[in-house]
Amino acid sequence: METMRSGNGASEASLSTIDPALFERVSDDEKRKDEFLRESVSYWQDAWRRLKADPLAMGGLAVIVIVVLFAAFGPMLSAYEYDAQDFLVANEAPSGTHLFGTDMFGRDLFVRVLYGARISLAVGLVASLINLTIGVVYGGISGYLGGRADNVMMRIVDAIHSIPLMIYVILLMVVIGPGLKSIFLTLGISYWASMARIVRAETIRIKNEEFVLAARVLGASLRRILLRHLIPNAMGPILVTLTFSIPQAIFVEAFLSFIGLGVSAPMASWGVLTSDAINTLAIYPYQLFFPAAAISVTILAFNFLGDGLRDALDPRLRK
Amino acid sequence: MSRYIFQRIWTSAVTLFVVITLTFFLMRAIPGGPFTDEKAIPPQILTKVLERYHMNDPIHVQYFHYLQSLARFDLGPSFRYEGMSVNDLIRNSFPISLLIGSLAILIALGVGVPAGIVSALRRGGWQDKSAMVVATLGITIPNYVIATLMVYIFAYRLGIVTVGFWEGISTAILPAITLAGYPTAFISRLTRSSMLEVIQQDYIRTARSKGLRERTVVYIHALRNAVIPVVTYLGPLAAGILTGSFVVEQIYGVPGLGTFFVTSIQNRDYTTIMGVTVFYSALLVSLNLVVDICYGFIDPRIKLGG
Repeated sequence: METMRSGNGASEASLSTIDPALFERVSDDEKRKDEFLRESVSYWQDAWRRLKADPLAMGGLAVIVIVVLFAAFGPMLSAYEYDAQDFLVANEAPSGTHLFGTDMFGRDLFVRVLYGARISLAVGLVASLINLTIGVVYGGISGYLGGRADNVMMRIVDAIHSIPLMIYVILLMVVIGPGLKSIFLTLGISYWASMARIVRAETIRIKNEEFVLAARVLGASLRRILLRHLIPNAMGPILVTLTFSIPQAIFVEAFLSFIGLGVSAPMASWGVLTSDAINTLAIYPYQLFFPAAAISVTILAFNFLGDGLRDALDPRLRK
Repeated sequence: MSRYIFQRIWTSAVTLFVVITLTFFLMRAIPGGPFTDEKAIPPQILTKVLERYHMNDPIHVQYFHYLQSLARFDLGPSFRYEGMSVNDLIRNSFPISLLIGSLAILIALGVGVPAGIVSALRRGGWQDKSAMVVATLGITIPNYVIATLMVYIFAYRLGIVTVGFWEGISTAILPAITLAGYPTAFISRLTRSSMLEVIQQDYIRTARSKGLRERTVVYIHALRNAVIPVVTYLGPLAAGILTGSFVVEQIYGVPGLGTFFVTSIQNRDYTTIMGVTVFYSALLVSLNLVVDICYGFIDPRIKLGG
């Protein structure tokens, strides 16, 4: 204590000997150098900025927004009902009155394609959300617990992954019976394995970070740690997987409708519309063209958006 | 290595067993028996028929009975095709599907791998860009749309090919090209990205600085490592071609197993659905096993993890 006090006294003494004329005022210009020129950006703002710079991804996003808007409001604006039959105008080619032409029952194909967008998008979204929930909970628990539980849970995922899921979706549809709800259900409970794998890998990466340790020390429950700490930090890869799983679900639904296990008439998804059109392909090719183009463009848009999101959320993957 | 192989055989067997059990109980869960018909069947005949197919036994007895016949590779009788067993159906129709499927795999590898190599080597050039545009289209257009377009163009418009009946390999080409669409696109993207990664490795620089010809560097040194991801993709590739065959065969009117499977779904021919499902699963599980073992030989790093 004694020595410290004497040391302080010495530095005070030496300070007082410095000539004040050696100091000069900081100019305003120099003060400004310490200011933050850039706003601090969060992870999501940064990702959004990168995404905006990607023309393909933004194009995909724009197409998706347009398709969603058309699906939501299009049928209201049209003069025709999706199930209104009019045999006087059956199989008419595209024209001013019927933009996409009519089918063999004289139903307006434009409104049917719009209505099909509702069903196909709903299937994509609902099935993906069910997958998301199952996959995130399963993968999160598996990754967090680790050890033997993780091993057993992942072997189950491996087993599911090695079976062609389409066959099981078909079997389930045969058992439950065709219809929109069955499609939601079968797709939802079939395609969660890849989501579970990704969430597990992310969870293992994050769970060793200090903030998770801190939460555990504070006595947070497994549920709280999963929901509050692990999942929000794994959101990037989850979102990317979700974007890719929506077009996959749309695709599978179209496939099911095609082999006669889809939604029942007079409802029509894009799959039903293409499948109906194939019988009359030789004479009325336009009936196939519009729904097929709708599926392809939508799937393409989701794929571009997914690629862009992956690059934006994880710049390390950018090549 | 032998431990790895043993482990893979064991998991494959378990997977197959789970699949068989799941399929059996799923098919039994369908409301209404296979002989439920609008026509009332006299009760005596119904009892006889049910006895013939062992449908009166308790469910676990039926299950063990089914496992026993599977062990003898007997998939049981078809409910719809009189006098035919599921084995007969598969024996008649699977060779056709196998021919188309193998052709499709050959096309996918033969076009996809070179396309991927060229776009990786000419990265950013017109070859790369056009290959990637085609690949993206190949991934996004559903295969049944491609199939119908091909039928429309080649059969209806140009009249080059006939569809609707089977004439051997000449009628197999269009379905094979259709089935190869998605995998070709996927393989070329896969090859491109892994080639880009490999070509930056130190040992490639070493090979080049030794003064080896660029061709030797690319095709001998780089390609061997670049195709490893393609080998792992062979399992999913086979699965994709198999499910693709359900619609593609129907559109081209090919009497393959895919067509039979879809027809039996539409006819609610439960034993055939079950038998073909078990057959497909066994096929894919054993294929995956072979691919995994090959993978172990190609990539020595896998032994450490074994």
